[in-house]
Amino acid sequence: MYAQLVETGVKRVKDLEEMTPEERAFQERIDAEIKIEPKNWMPDAYRQTLIRQISQHAHSEIVGMLPEGNWVTRAPTLKRKLQLMAKIQDEAGHGMYLYSAMETLGADRDAEIDKLHSGKAKYSSIFNYPTLNWADMGAVGWLVDGAAIVNQVVLQRTSYGPYSRAMIRICKEESFHQRQGYEILLTMMRHGNQAQKDMVQDAINRLWWPALMMFGPSDADSPNSAQSMAWKIKRMSNDDLRQRFIDQTVPQLEFLGCTAPDPDLKWNEERGHYDFGQIQWQEFYDVLKGNGPCNRERVSTRRKALEDGQWVREAAVAHAAKRQQKQNAA
Amino acid sequence: MPDNKNDLIEYLLRLGDNALINGQRLCEWCGRAPALEEEMALMNVGLDLVGQARNWYEYAAELLADGRDADQLAFRRDERAFRNTLLVEQPNGDYAVTTAKLFLFDAWHLHTLQALTASSDARIAGIAAKGLKEVTYHLRRSGEWVERLGDGTEQSRQRMLAGIDEVWRFTNDLLSSDEIQQRLAAAGIAADATAVAAAWQASVEQVFERASLPVPPPASYFYLDGKRGLHTEHLGILLAEMQFLQRAYPDATW
Repeated sequence: MYAQLVETGVKRVKDLEEMTPEERAFQERIDAEIKIEPKNWMPDAYRQTLIRQISQHAHSEIVGMLPEGNWVTRAPTLKRKLQLMAKIQDEAGHGMYLYSAMETLGADRDAEIDKLHSGKAKYSSIFNYPTLNWADMGAVGWLVDGAAIVNQVVLQRTSYGPYSRAMIRICKEESFHQRQGYEILLTMMRHGNQAQKDMVQDAINRLWWPALMMFGPSDADSPNSAQSMAWKIKRMSNDDLRQRFIDQTVPQLEFLGCTAPDPDLKWNEERGHYDFGQIQWQEFYDVLKGNGPCNRERVSTRRKALEDGQWVREAAVAHAAKRQQKQNAA
Repeated sequence: MPDNKNDLIEYLLRLGDNALINGQRLCEWCGRAPALEEEMALMNVGLDLVGQARNWYEYAAELLADGRDADQLAFRRDERAFRNTLLVEQPNGDYAVTTAKLFLFDAWHLHTLQALTASSDARIAGIAAKGLKEVTYHLRRSGEWVERLGDGTEQSRQRMLAGIDEVWRFTNDLLSSDEIQQRLAAAGIAADATAVAAAWQASVEQVFERASLPVPPPASYFYLDGKRGLHTEHLGILLAEMQFLQRAYPDATW
């Protein structure tokens, strides 16, 4: 999940009788599975929740370039380098696509990016973990993009049209990244030496729990979920998505010949699902609040990029104005 | 085997190394570009270049036939064996330095590949034709940035002038030729360096004029020559980073 804790600002979900006629018409449209489009009336809280969620999602794509940028200069073969570069390029594209979707709600891209840089806006907690060996590039593709896909596949049916359409496009590329990531790990496990196999297991050990945290707090601690579900912004609960991810990922883990860093992980015949251990929620909230291993570096790198680039953007604007002037004069 | 095989291998390595080292520098921009659109564009250009490098290396590896493949040519040669032009190994600096580097190289690259599409070596002509489409885009893009920065704000103009000044001295190495290239050009295989230099000069003058930037006098030779593996101090560090995994785990499959 790339937007794992989104405030709705709503304490209690209203039922139809309590709503104004506008609100009721809106809710009925949602209930009938008709997409909401930019020019339609929508409750302000719906608009603000979506701005928060889509911007968080966009920020995650952009900050998410950094852990991979850390290894793109050190990729071990030309093929791997090309794959990683193509992936990073896709992510920049996803970020731009999502910012555009967000702008259909009347939000301003630069203002939202300012919130990211001042620490007010969040991005996925996963990108605050460091990438420490090459296998992390495989594990990020497989686990992190894998978790994102589980979430995004469902978001293809989200109630806001522009967001839904963004997800449909983005999912196609993400699935490709996930397969590539898995193939990186599989190659190292099948054809690698012991040092490479150790790298793979080490990457999984470090990224397994942070990947599970991508789905957000457990349903019991997710007060904003009810409203998001009623608005059909969210279509499945955090815990259901997390369970779906674990159920589909464990067989892939076994196929690799690796293990999860979770002694409680085992198949539950009765439930038809994997049981798994307790997530360290304190760590989750710490990372989300800015106290994770790389929060400081990630935000300051992005802030510095924007500051260092200011004169470049100003030049582009000034040049465009000059060119326009010349055209008008001609 | 053609009797100019060794010349040909050298020439292919020059083309491959230019593309790879330039692409490597572009990777360093990841997450640090002045706008999202530039993040995409820089990675896009870099991707094209690394792809081209792989094509040149694959051909070189076939001719070498000593068991080395394209990856080994990229990741196991030391700096004295690298044949790239000094310009592309220079540090990125600010966006004006990067823009100057890219533009001066792209202009050379375009005219070189254009000439190579007529190479009597069909393999070279094929790789060049594919690369030419990409490089046409690269040159248009970097030329537009020279114009934006040169004819943008006063600050951007000063920075663009400083960026050009920073790397202009490496254009001598970029445009110069040697017996290897001359022999291959005479055989209709390589690009003629004099013709490329003239076309390069015209492209640079055209864009600089639009950007109202002065064209510096021709750069003079200063004892280093990337073609002969005589590099600036920047290349060794770049290679140490780029080649680390292949060096640390020489028997590994990635």
